[in-house]
Amino acid sequence: MDAFIDQFFNLDVMIKYLPDVIGGFWITLALALSVIATGLILGLLLACLRAFQWRVINLGIVLFVDLFRALPPLVLLIIGYFGLPYAGLALSGFTISWLCLSFVLAAFAEEIFWAGITSVQKGQWEASRSTGLSFGETLIYVVIPQALRMTIPPLTNRTIAITKNTALASVVAVQEMLTVAQTSLAYAANTSPLTLAAIGYLLVFFPLVILSRWVETRFAWKR
Amino acid sequence: MDWEVIRFSFFNLDSIAQVYPLLLKGWWMTIKLCVAVVPLGFALGAMIATVHSFKIRWVNWLLIALVDFFRSIPPLVLLIYTVYGLPLLGFDVPAFGAVLVAFTINSAAYYGEIVRAGIESIPAGQLEAARSTGLGRWQAMMHVVLPQAVRNVAPDLTSNTLELIKATSIASVVALPELLRMGRVAQGLVYNATPLIAVAVIYLLMLWPLVRLLSRLERRVLAAR
Amino acid sequence: MNRQQPIVDAQNIEKSFGDLKVLFGVDLQVAPQELVFIIGPSGSGKSTLLRCCNLLEQPTAGTIHIMGEEITAKGVDINQVRQRIGMVFQSFNLYPHMSALGNVALALRKVKKIPRTEAEALAHEALRRVGLSHKASSFPNELSGGQQQRVAIARAIAMEPEVILFDEPTSALDPELVGSVLEVMRELRASGMTMVVVSHEMRFAAEAADRVLFMDQGLIVEQGTPEQVFNNTQHDRTRSFLSRVSGN
Repeated sequence: MDAFIDQFFNLDVMIKYLPDVIGGFWITLALALSVIATGLILGLLLACLRAFQWRVINLGIVLFVDLFRALPPLVLLIIGYFGLPYAGLALSGFTISWLCLSFVLAAFAEEIFWAGITSVQKGQWEASRSTGLSFGETLIYVVIPQALRMTIPPLTNRTIAITKNTALASVVAVQEMLTVAQTSLAYAANTSPLTLAAIGYLLVFFPLVILSRWVETRFAWKR
Repeated sequence: MDWEVIRFSFFNLDSIAQVYPLLLKGWWMTIKLCVAVVPLGFALGAMIATVHSFKIRWVNWLLIALVDFFRSIPPLVLLIYTVYGLPLLGFDVPAFGAVLVAFTINSAAYYGEIVRAGIESIPAGQLEAARSTGLGRWQAMMHVVLPQAVRNVAPDLTSNTLELIKATSIASVVALPELLRMGRVAQGLVYNATPLIAVAVIYLLMLWPLVRLLSRLERRVLAAR
Repeated sequence: MNRQQPIVDAQNIEKSFGDLKVLFGVDLQVAPQELVFIIGPSGSGKSTLLRCCNLLEQPTAGTIHIMGEEITAKGVDINQVRQRIGMVFQSFNLYPHMSALGNVALALRKVKKIPRTEAEALAHEALRRVGLSHKASSFPNELSGGQQQRVAIARAIAMEPEVILFDEPTSALDPELVGSVLEVMRELRASGMTMVVVSHEMRFAAEAADRVLFMDQGLIVEQGTPEQVFNNTQHDRTRSFLSRVSGN
């Protein structure tokens, strides 16, 4: 038991590496927030675009969604970071992580938003159009607000799951929390810095997970 | 852009010819990992959900806390814990075993949540009818409630399985020679990105059908509401 | 009345759900081969009393003996007890993922540990008794409500229980389907099955019951033969209930 505590909860080691890990924490947080913002907005835009049912664009959206749903995020990151330079395009690890994870979240968000939009009853469209609102206005003022409500529970869960992948940025040399923790782990030959990182992730994601539970009960009425 | 460079760096058939045995080996390891971790994760998840349905208050608090804990921790962090932490504690676990432990725990949290939702969708009368004939809790769950619950949440289960298969690529970070890892090794041998593209193509071939199936399933669920 | 040991002997049963008390100390004795009919307005506690008898609800106070064995005692294997007490539900509660035969055979196989082929033979016999041999391989969604309820009865009788509890077995049925279920219950009675029935089928009660209990507000207000309760009513509450259900 002592060995366990010494290995995973060694206070001296923790205190020593805490400043470094906190530095990584801010990068993790920045990455997570940019991914959430970009991914959700892009996903919503794509879903709205899809509502217009232009065939070529629809095909493009479906391909985009399928591609980013089928490929593991880490494969995307590695192709982006280690592959793109061969084409003369060398982006920073942070940019690559931000773009890849945003696209993945956008793909999932588009599916969910689109499902929400199609689940709004036809009568809503008809009522709105009958009062003279255009297709776009109907979408924005009548359909999307109803669709959003329905999509919130699955969307929160998915957003958490995808945003947790910021930890993968450690693989492409981003100095985020897990990278720092792993470096410290190697220096200290002790797992405690990793525990610090785990606590950091809990600080960010545990409230979100609790929120998702609350959201789920709150919006359970429709099922 | 120079198309010749693109072709050479990303779609280089000579490179493929050179490294395909590596990729095949990696693919086989990925398959083995999935075949082990999907049933294990699901079984543990179903067990968690079943215990949860017994409605023992303190047990449920504990279960929910555990599940939320593992939903909050990135799988990679868990993986590094089991792969580097277990040996430091004196457990002599092979890498495959350590990876298996991490993914089983992580996916059980998600499978458990899904199966729990499935169980809650089954009317209480089913459990009562089963219990009234003398079936025990576990028997009633096993034979009456779970088969229906699993059917009700089939799309979510499929989607979670897809995510789990994708997540196994993370094991490459801890040097488990699975598909992505072998792709990286191959890339180092041929000095171009073709093996990485090949890895992506293999994942697409494996998972695209599943993604299509899911789209259809999800739409059907929605239509039924 | 029969002086043998009662099949069901419930003493002073109380039941509360949180702050809501629904049973205020009820006694129920059921003799072998007796058909006891429980009537009363909704919320009177009659279904709760029935569900207490096989511990689908745990009574807050009181004791229940089945064939002389106290099932409310600590450490009793409730699954053993429940084999001996059949139950038929208002909403049938057939397992939708199993055929009629599968529904009936499940507990035979898993609780009584009877080998599959033998269990299925017994299940066939039970289905024959409710007149549904030809529907053995049908799934619940292919059966009418009346047929589903008869399968549910077959599921109960296949276990060869000492007593069967019926919780409003015909309330969820279209009127034209009620008769087939009552017919099965009539035959069960003729074969000597002990039964406790919660139901609003007054005509069936008058014809088939040995004893009628009227419950209101968590207590038994009045009981006796159908003749006594229906035609020689003692209490005002019973009288007003009877006049309401007969629709006059």
